Amino acid sequence: MTEEDLRPPLAVRIRPWLIALPALLVLIGILYPFLTAIYYSFTAYQLNRPGSMDQFVGLRNYWRMITDDDFLYSTYITLAYALLATGIELVIGLVIALLLNRESRVAKILTPMLIFPMMIAPVIGTLIWKVMMQPSVGILNPMFTAIGLPSLQWAAAPETALMSVVLVDFWMFTPFAALILTAGLRSFPNAPFEAARVDGASFWFTFRNLTLPMLMPFLTIVVVFRLMDSLKMFDIIFAMTEGGPGNTLMTYELTAYRTSIQFQKLAQGLTYAILLYIIIYISSQYLIKFWGRAQRRAAGF
Amino acid sequence: MQKRTPTQILASILSDGLLVIYFIFALFPLVWLVLISLKSTDQLFSTQFLFKPTLDNYYAIIFGDSRAAAGVVASQDFPRYFMNSLILSTGSVIISLLVGVPAAYALARYNFKGKEDLAFTFLSFRFAPELVVIIPLSVLYRQLGLYDTYYGMIWVLQLVTLPLLIWVLRSYFEDISPDIEQAAMIDGYSWWRIFFDILLPLVRPGLAAAALLAFIFAWNNFIFPLVLGAGHTQTVTVAALGYLSSAQSFFNRMAAASVISSIPQIVLALSIQRYLIRGLSFGAVKG
Repeated sequence: MTEEDLRPPLAVRIRPWLIALPALLVLIGILYPFLTAIYYSFTAYQLNRPGSMDQFVGLRNYWRMITDDDFLYSTYITLAYALLATGIELVIGLVIALLLNRESRVAKILTPMLIFPMMIAPVIGTLIWKVMMQPSVGILNPMFTAIGLPSLQWAAAPETALMSVVLVDFWMFTPFAALILTAGLRSFPNAPFEAARVDGASFWFTFRNLTLPMLMPFLTIVVVFRLMDSLKMFDIIFAMTEGGPGNTLMTYELTAYRTSIQFQKLAQGLTYAILLYIIIYISSQYLIKFWGRAQRRAAGF
Repeated sequence: MQKRTPTQILASILSDGLLVIYFIFALFPLVWLVLISLKSTDQLFSTQFLFKPTLDNYYAIIFGDSRAAAGVVASQDFPRYFMNSLILSTGSVIISLLVGVPAAYALARYNFKGKEDLAFTFLSFRFAPELVVIIPLSVLYRQLGLYDTYYGMIWVLQLVTLPLLIWVLRSYFEDISPDIEQAAMIDGYSWWRIFFDILLPLVRPGLAAAALLAFIFAWNNFIFPLVLGAGHTQTVTVAALGYLSSAQSFFNRMAAASVISSIPQIVLALSIQRYLIRGLSFGAVKG
């Protein structure tokens, strides 16, 4: 008998595809607009110019994007937002997770409330902060001046705009990091830590050589989700300033929105969205491979 | 039980203190939102914490200005937006369940060529910038007459709900030992009975939690109704922005609307706490 004869009959082999058929239909339904997007990006499609959809221009839109005056700044602000938000959330989330991991009544009472900032709609959360930062009704500046700090212009000024949106992102998503890392800390076996304690290891030694390596898969998960999400963040920035003041917060996603939807230059705006997708795709491939390796290393291989 | 050294006691107090500081930071904006929603418009611009609370804003939001003072901007149809959010979120979760549960089962139980590619394609929907899909759809939907319709919105929300359901349910299915199904097959159960009478009850809590989490994400979504919806299907998320950009910003009304819009999620999230971690990490962390 050849190897071919040992395979199960076609009816059996096709069964999983049949079961997953509805999902496949949805997948095709999503892929179709995606492929259309790629096609459009090679045309001169503008909504206010009928027939421009069929005008094929090759890489011209991409060239225009790269040579645009604001492209470098847009790249900077996209990366700055993503790296700042992810980095701060990772570090503070780790601190919170370590603090919550102890046997403490305070920790037990506070843990359920951790998820609240995460669960409200990002738009609404941003609006809360936007109103808090508002000069007339807001509560932040009065609190600042009451303790001697200067009042800030928050999202209205270019210097503080990035900080303001990163602050909202931090408020909203640090609970995610803390939650994942808490789960990670709880999953540790006790034995290595007890052995280290018996041998008189310092906190930092235990942290560097036991906690951190075993936590690496969880840290990676946090980075994967937060980095990818913050690279494409729309709700927070849009609700806060729609990309302003001026061009201060025009990330790739905001630029794509403004160009395609507001200026109706569909093809030109799509180039930003597609570039962003490529960046996210490549980073996520790399990070997910890293996660796989971190899982094996944490298990001791 | 060891006696605690003074250093340990001090560290414990400091740790608790830091936690309390963080939680004040985390919860203060929400508390402040509720306080603002209870302020009458004339007291809005004084930042005193002592004020006479009023439910006028909630009445104005829900019943449309029946008890508001004269000259006030009429509130929009908030109940309609709430219903829209409800319809869209429920509809998209139901579709995702019908489509995703079988797909999750197929991914968990069968080994076929292209399985991981299929799974990762669904995962990529989670991480892709939505605009790549939304921008072409904004043209396509208008051509198809799906712009600003419930069907159109529910379909496009699959991008949000389906990957979550497929991946989380896959991880729950994988947790169940295949021996149970094989034993049932030996006993003569048909495939349908195995699925509905044995498997589904076993994953039911995880399935419910994943469905509720998907509901929360669909509800919180902003960019889909912003671009592909308009007056007819407007959700609370898009409407919330509207309260602030009108000529007279009624912060207290906006606060009341925000509170009502946020209560479902907080209630749901508290009820699925145990399953949150697995749901949020798409099954990567079993929590």
